[in-house]
Amino acid sequence: MAATDRATGWWKESRFSPDGWLAALARRSEAIAIPVGALLAGLAAFSLFLFALGKAPAEFYALVYKAAFGTWFSWQNTLSRTAPLLLAALCVALPARLGLVVIGGEGAIVLGGLTCGALAGGLSGFHSTVAIPVLTVAGAAAAGIWVGAVAALRHYRGVNETIASLLTAYIAIALMNHLVEGPLRDPASLNKPSTAPLAAHLRIGDIPGWDVHWGLIVGVLGCLLSWVLIERTTWGFAARIVGGNPRAAQIQGLPLARLILGFTALGGAFAGLAGVFEVAAVHGSANASLAAGYGYTGILIAFLARHNPLAIIPVTILLAGFEASSGLVQRRMDLPDATVLVLQGFTFVAILVSESLYGRFRMFAPERWSLPR
Amino acid sequence: MNEADIGLWAVPLAILAGAIRVSTPFLFVSLGEVLTERSGRINLGLEGTLVFGAMSGYAVAYLTALPWIGVLAAALAGSLFGLFHGLVCSLPRVNDIAIGIALMLLGTGLAYFFGKPYIQPVAPDLPAINFGWWSDLPQVQVALRVNVLFLIGILLAGLLWWMFRATRIGLLIRVVGDSTDAARAMGLKPAFIRTLATAAGGAFAGVAGAYLSLFYPGSWSEGISSGQGLMAVALVIFARWNPIACFWVAILFGGTGALGPALQSAGIPGGYYLFYAAPYVLTLGLLIATSSPTRAMAGAPGELSISK
Amino acid sequence: MTFTAPNRRGFLKASAALAGTSALGVLPAASFADGKLTVGFIYVGPRDDFGYNQAHAEGAAAVKAMQGVSVVEEENVSESVDVQKSMESMINFDGASLLFPTSFGYFDPHILEVAPKFPEVRFQHAAGLWQADMHPSNVGSYFGYIGLGQYLNGIVAGHMTASGKLGFVAAKPIPQVLQNINSFLLGARQVNPAITCQVIFTGEWSLAVKEAEATNALADAGCDIITCHVDGPKVVMETAAARGCFICGYHADQTPLAPGKYLTGAEWNWPGVYTRMVQTVIDGGTIPNFDRGGLAEGYIKMSPLGPAVTDAARKHFETTKAEMMKGGFAAYEGPLMDNKGSQILGAGQVFLETDIALESMDYLVEGVIGTTS
Repeated sequence: MAATDRATGWWKESRFSPDGWLAALARRSEAIAIPVGALLAGLAAFSLFLFALGKAPAEFYALVYKAAFGTWFSWQNTLSRTAPLLLAALCVALPARLGLVVIGGEGAIVLGGLTCGALAGGLSGFHSTVAIPVLTVAGAAAAGIWVGAVAALRHYRGVNETIASLLTAYIAIALMNHLVEGPLRDPASLNKPSTAPLAAHLRIGDIPGWDVHWGLIVGVLGCLLSWVLIERTTWGFAARIVGGNPRAAQIQGLPLARLILGFTALGGAFAGLAGVFEVAAVHGSANASLAAGYGYTGILIAFLARHNPLAIIPVTILLAGFEASSGLVQRRMDLPDATVLVLQGFTFVAILVSESLYGRFRMFAPERWSLPR
Repeated sequence: MNEADIGLWAVPLAILAGAIRVSTPFLFVSLGEVLTERSGRINLGLEGTLVFGAMSGYAVAYLTALPWIGVLAAALAGSLFGLFHGLVCSLPRVNDIAIGIALMLLGTGLAYFFGKPYIQPVAPDLPAINFGWWSDLPQVQVALRVNVLFLIGILLAGLLWWMFRATRIGLLIRVVGDSTDAARAMGLKPAFIRTLATAAGGAFAGVAGAYLSLFYPGSWSEGISSGQGLMAVALVIFARWNPIACFWVAILFGGTGALGPALQSAGIPGGYYLFYAAPYVLTLGLLIATSSPTRAMAGAPGELSISK
Repeated sequence: MTFTAPNRRGFLKASAALAGTSALGVLPAASFADGKLTVGFIYVGPRDDFGYNQAHAEGAAAVKAMQGVSVVEEENVSESVDVQKSMESMINFDGASLLFPTSFGYFDPHILEVAPKFPEVRFQHAAGLWQADMHPSNVGSYFGYIGLGQYLNGIVAGHMTASGKLGFVAAKPIPQVLQNINSFLLGARQVNPAITCQVIFTGEWSLAVKEAEATNALADAGCDIITCHVDGPKVVMETAAARGCFICGYHADQTPLAPGKYLTGAEWNWPGVYTRMVQTVIDGGTIPNFDRGGLAEGYIKMSPLGPAVTDAARKHFETTKAEMMKGGFAAYEGPLMDNKGSQILGAGQVFLETDIALESMDYLVEGVIGTTS
């Protein structure tokens, strides 16, 4: 009798209680431990692949680490690749919270960049504190409207957004190519047709002391704000209800149209910002290099992050790090450039498969600690 | 050669020829995806499967000097990718769309990785049948040089349509795709059937790749696909999961794709990027015209993650 | 975006700190004299594409065989932040002090962005228009008068065509491409002034299906000799030969693709040029910042004539080639009109091969069927 009491009391009092701090830690650590474990498993599987080809996995991973995270330069390399991908991933993740699969972020990037390149000439007379915000907002708005239109077609016309967003992405790229080689072409851009170069004071520079442009900060802020929007506001709460069950949401009187259009357009606007930074911070004018495939990489990142804006940040850094290491691996180990693609395939499949492991481990479920095994 | 000048007639002829030449990969991928999606899963990774099929088909055809063995190898490789997707997605909570995207990356990566030694060699092409023997015009003769795979694709479209409509296997796939609960109540194993359907769909995509590398354009390079696989998967929604509609959509895509070069060659100046975008604009227009808010997902399998 | 001193200092400081633990922060020493020179080559596509990239890779292979030189290579590097980081990575990790980033699109802004950060590294770029007042002095641009090769292609084609219609599959209407189209036709018109040349633009540097469709459209229009200017001519050559057309090559030797149908081809001759440049650096000399050359200087060469070429064609080809070997050849002679009816050259006027005006060509000459936009 007393023994039982003491035992229950012990459970209640101790850190092993389901309400204790250790329990809270255990619950939270599942979301980190499982993907990290899966990442390691994926890397291990890729080691076997390398081993079978007669290449040394240890040397390979040492080079990947060195080129992606091992030096100051490596971090600059990784983070410069991170910037556009963060914003591209938001274009997929935000609509996904409402249950929409939008895969046309590439078009939004291209359009955002094109708008920036096209308007820059007319704004060169203004001070940069006026002109740069105008360009940024215009690029984001153009892309937001473009992708928002896909959501409108979905909501008002029943047009499937997956296929519509892909088709509009191809159309946006064609439009950009047409304008850049035709009406908007700067005659001086001889062998690389482009819009007129941005005036020096309209260019967006680097973060002081870094070799990475401001798009990185904007991308991180975009992820943080999106997280707050989804997790901490009534709008986000309503969006999650719509994503769970649109019909129930409609019955409850949620503003379905505004939510769907708003979230999708916001996602598009973020991707548009990525395009603006490509033009204003990297290329200096809009041209065919804008269609660099960031939009498609963004789809992968968003799904790996389970459409959680906070998770997008580490996933993107990991992916960008892999890409940053591609060159060194090619040069030092005589492996083809596609090696990094295969590595990404292995690790990302492993991470996605690991989703079925949630709830399987007793150590992450404090309420089961006192139960007999 | 002494080809007659056929003037503006070249445009409709090029559209016909393009429809026959360019449509086959779209047709195979979308038929494969119909099979997969009808069972309740989406495999967005067929682009990667197609690229790997193109590489493996070309490599095997080169090594054996037998193009049809190449096609078989591509189908086998494709079915392995499909099988993997099917098995992995049978685990609880694994997202089929996400796995598809990761497999797109993996398939493309593996194809590039192992395909380097096969960019240079010349592999034998698949044979074609001349349906244009009756014409004196070389343009017509060439336009009607039809690859056997195109004909097989048409047959498969009809066969799948009939299968879904009138056979027991077709019914099983549809039941599994419409309701897991109902399928379980009937004593079926949904995961098993879906895995097989995805494997078969992968094989189709592999063949589509082999068509690209072994017939048209008929060589292996890393830029061989330009996104046909992804587009074809999306076109399945447009075709409303109907194999016959897949055929028409593929024809539409192939035919309008030929518009750009044909108009330039007929002397219609300028704006070729806009002509090249014709397939996308036309498809979008048709999509908007044929959609309606009340039947947004008519014909969609009930278990599909995008229709739930 | 201007490069500022703090970036550089930050980089040096961080590298030095990290270099303490391992040999990561290898800094680019001006290592021309110390007996070991590392040369980096960067390609925009696969290096065995039967085309542009293969031609450069053949040059890299020749450099690799030189004494005291090590070569590092990367392929499939896109014209974005990618190439900037690839160049920096080669400098930071491999100590490369001579770089050959070979794609057109690498020049502005990417090389121009990176070069000022590494004044002790030499950046050699194909086809760029280096200008002393605008561009860093450690950047050089070199190129060959490949239009002359297309002119020789045209002479052979002019003899061999039965229909009097030539075909040209082109990527984009930029000066380099337009010059090749015009030169091809002008060569053919040396044989028969009634010959025309139909051009089809695919809009992309590498797009297999569209290149095949364009080739078929040309054959349908009655063209019986086809050449091209895309990155990898393999698809055009194979498709044209399968249609029974004769083919003239471009970039590299495509004879193995269709030996019976291949007439000749305009090829780059980078092995000679690159080994000469590298030798200059080893010997402590300076490579000129602006460097051009033709057949006589060994910058370009012609593929061996195919078996189908008639004696008349061979003779005409050889005499013109001998003429070119003397240097100062003029393929463009007045009176010359463009295909819209404007005059390009009056009677008696010429453009010599060295004329810089040829590098900003924006017209198609009379007899070319097609438009530049």
